Amino acid sequence: MGIFETLSFAAPELVLVLGAMVLLITGVFIGDKSAKQIGYGCVALLLVAVLVVLFSPTAPTASLFDGAFRIDAFSTFCKVIIYLVAALAILMSDQFFAGEKLRRFEYPVLIVLAVFGMSLMVSATDLISLYMGVETQSLALYILAAFKRDSHRSTEAGLKYFVLGALSSCLLLYGASLIYGFTGSTSFEEIARIASMEGANVGLIVGLVFLISGLAFKVSAAPFHMWTPDVYEGAPTPVTAFFAAAPKLAGMALFARVLVSSFHGALGDWQPVLAMIAVASMAVGAFSAIPQSNIKRLMAYSSIGHMGYALIGLSAGTAQGVKSVLIYMAIYVAMTIGAFACILMMRRRGGMTENISDLSGLTKTNMPLAIILTVLLFSLAGVPPTAGFFGKWYVFFAAVDAGLIWLAIVGVFASAVSAYYYLRIVWFMWFDEAAEPFERDASPVLQFAAWGSAILMFPVLTVFMGRLTEFAGRAAAALF
Amino acid sequence: MTAAQPWLSLLTFAPMIGALFIVASRMMAKKNDDGVIVGPDLEQVERNARMIALAFTVGAFLISLGVFALYDRSLAGFQLVEETAWLGGGISYKLGVDGISILFVLLTTFIMPICILASWDSIKSRVADYMIAFLVLETLMIGVFVSLDLFLFYVFFEGSLIPMFLIIGVWGSKGTKEFAGFTLPSRVYAALKFFLYTLIGSLFLLVAMAWMYAQAGTTDIVALQQFDFPAGAQKWLWLAFFASFAVKMPMWPFHTWLPDAHVQAPTAGSIVLAAILLKMGGYGFLRFSLPMFPLASADFAPFIYALSIIAIIYTSLVALAQEDMKKLIAYSSVAHMGFVTMGIFTATKQGIEGGLFQMLSHGFISGALFLCVGVVYKRMHTREIAAYGGLVHRMPLYAFLFLFFTLANVGLPGTSGFIGEILALVGAFKVNSWIAFFATFGVILSAAYALRLFREVMYGELVKPALMSIPDVDRRELLSLGALMAFALYLGVNPSPALDVFSPAVDLLMDNYDAALAAGALR
Repeated sequence: MGIFETLSFAAPELVLVLGAMVLLITGVFIGDKSAKQIGYGCVALLLVAVLVVLFSPTAPTASLFDGAFRIDAFSTFCKVIIYLVAALAILMSDQFFAGEKLRRFEYPVLIVLAVFGMSLMVSATDLISLYMGVETQSLALYILAAFKRDSHRSTEAGLKYFVLGALSSCLLLYGASLIYGFTGSTSFEEIARIASMEGANVGLIVGLVFLISGLAFKVSAAPFHMWTPDVYEGAPTPVTAFFAAAPKLAGMALFARVLVSSFHGALGDWQPVLAMIAVASMAVGAFSAIPQSNIKRLMAYSSIGHMGYALIGLSAGTAQGVKSVLIYMAIYVAMTIGAFACILMMRRRGGMTENISDLSGLTKTNMPLAIILTVLLFSLAGVPPTAGFFGKWYVFFAAVDAGLIWLAIVGVFASAVSAYYYLRIVWFMWFDEAAEPFERDASPVLQFAAWGSAILMFPVLTVFMGRLTEFAGRAAAALF
Repeated sequence: MTAAQPWLSLLTFAPMIGALFIVASRMMAKKNDDGVIVGPDLEQVERNARMIALAFTVGAFLISLGVFALYDRSLAGFQLVEETAWLGGGISYKLGVDGISILFVLLTTFIMPICILASWDSIKSRVADYMIAFLVLETLMIGVFVSLDLFLFYVFFEGSLIPMFLIIGVWGSKGTKEFAGFTLPSRVYAALKFFLYTLIGSLFLLVAMAWMYAQAGTTDIVALQQFDFPAGAQKWLWLAFFASFAVKMPMWPFHTWLPDAHVQAPTAGSIVLAAILLKMGGYGFLRFSLPMFPLASADFAPFIYALSIIAIIYTSLVALAQEDMKKLIAYSSVAHMGFVTMGIFTATKQGIEGGLFQMLSHGFISGALFLCVGVVYKRMHTREIAAYGGLVHRMPLYAFLFLFFTLANVGLPGTSGFIGEILALVGAFKVNSWIAFFATFGVILSAAYALRLFREVMYGELVKPALMSIPDVDRRELLSLGALMAFALYLGVNPSPALDVFSPAVDLLMDNYDAALAAGALR
């Protein structure tokens, strides 16, 4: 494959990274007054990248840079969702940052750079490119967490995220070097060959466990979740919205690719590890969210729980399992971004409110917002006929299909417990006396994101779920 | 087999369309600066909501009559089947009715206009939201009975929790409850208890469904009924389905959510709960447990008999001690559902038909009883039995109607309650006379609590000053109660129209069940 052909496969990433550089330089020259335009520029970049991914004229599968990356249906599926969510996250942030007098041109550029890292992650097929993708993403995210640099909470969040993130990167790197030491290769394909040939080698397994720990940190799965609530609470809300959505999908996709395409031969060794992580995450997500009064913290625990459900699908280790993870993550990302759009609308007299009790009696003061949140909360709880239920169904089915019935049973118990705290918010909104109403000047983008997400959860995905499962099935098949 | 016209889809989603009309009328109404509809505009929206809800529930009833006219009573299998691809991989949107489900569809569409009438002026706050919740609930309930795909069934079955949760929580009665150190409104407590109890029960069904789908590769009910699940697995699957339906039914000892939910729900909510939502449990046993897991059903039948008899005797005794009218009727519902489960799991023709008939008749009678409580509750705002007495002097018509439904609840011959109970008892007698012997105590006890209720509310001197000016039933209440009475009386005197509809489907069910047991015995 010639260099130009190779580069043509990498066109979406090139668009992103080159465009981001151009916009960054422009921003430096013009200064913060160009922040809004640069934001639109970044959104345009992301949308162009989506189009390039979707209408790429080349064959659907290709291996690039001597097997460091792979473009296939799986990476396409993830990239499209990540780009779209990132574009939405940039647009959603504008009103918030304008209100906080924090409009800076770096914000959208950093998001695009993080997205570039995620792009590498979802198509990485080599331990080195894996690490490169993870680090590119993480470095951008650390800065984003501390973006409100005058605020103690935000800087604390950034620092905490950075220190713990560096630790997890170490784990990841240590695991990768062990794997390299015991297989003599960093390529997933080669590792897969050796792992299936020699069976479970102790050194390989130790390396794999370190790798899993590092990745579990990135997707905030228990017991590597400690940073999540503080970072979610401390980071500016639009940043939290982005954190909760895109990196989770990228991390989970990377997780799936590593485990399935290089360690499928050692399924019996990593399946229990993953299952335990899933159980721990679901338990933390279900029980720790109950006493929360800050909605961002609640969403943090909720996302830990959701990662647990997605990991159920992954621990199945089958094509069905990967398909269910993709379905679950696509739905999770869509409903999370909608939920954060609603949180961004919780404003009173110019200031943001983050307490769950601020939502009391919302049905009496702001019915549209209450309806959106109700749909999203039932979807997060996984109650039919909302899309969240379909996501749960597919992961539980994948687990049962792979003989992990006990894991599915733990999962349904966790979702029953977590239903309580979602219902508690519904109860505040519908049953309680009205609190002071929110400002009704939410930007059209926020309205669009919130409505779009709610309508997607019910009824659009309920009716057209077949299409999503079809795409996800095709994407999952690419790994096998 | 595919019907050219999607009659069942039309029937299922007709109420939902009504809900959309109410939403539209809400959106078009003028709002003040805070985005809230007030004053005459609000009254207009509320009037519209009531009219739309009534029109669409009556419309759905008429469509269901049309469906019943198209339905061929002599055939046993599913009719008016329609199928559309949905999730792919053997999960499709498939609807159809047979002799077991068609009458529940009719019951649902018949009860709903009565619910709307019962809420006509007793619901004063957030009328539009209330009507939307009821219309959505109707769609989900019809969906439960017409689904021919297990997955679709589950979506409707679970989905019905959402509107009911809101109905109990928003429009429930006042009062607070101490729970685990918290003080919370008792309607919220009841709503949460209802939701979480039923959710946990159904989640077992979800796992079982996943396993069945993994084995059979489809969730088509017809295919699953023909699929031969291994005997060992049947036990677990049966238990999972049991967890879901026993909570919904509710069977003793999973019934404790029911009195709370009934007491807190508004009148129409109680009617729907008693008349239709509870029937989903019995319907589920007949549609899934018995045909799909015949070996396990036979094995667990004694277990069901035991629970049923405990339900019949114990909850009847509990009902005897109640001070709250709604609670008393709620416990009597649990007792009556005991006859249903007992009848179904005798797996005799009489038992199953008795169970089905009992569910149908209980739909009319318990619905009517809750409506009767609603009549005086609307006037006096209390459900305490002790707050009443001597009503017969002021409300003769009401006393007559209440007496009729009380006696129907006891199972007086000539009312539909008698037919259901006697058939279920005959079925039980064929299996084991002791079961029938103990179950008969329930009939005696039901007379005791029902007549006690009637005596304390109706008879005696009219001494309480608040009751001196209580008006008798008005025309709207008379219409609803009269219609319910007509059905209870008609089916009591001439049950064959209903039994003829059940019969072919029950015969088919029995044949398959016996064949499966015979095959299982050979193995």
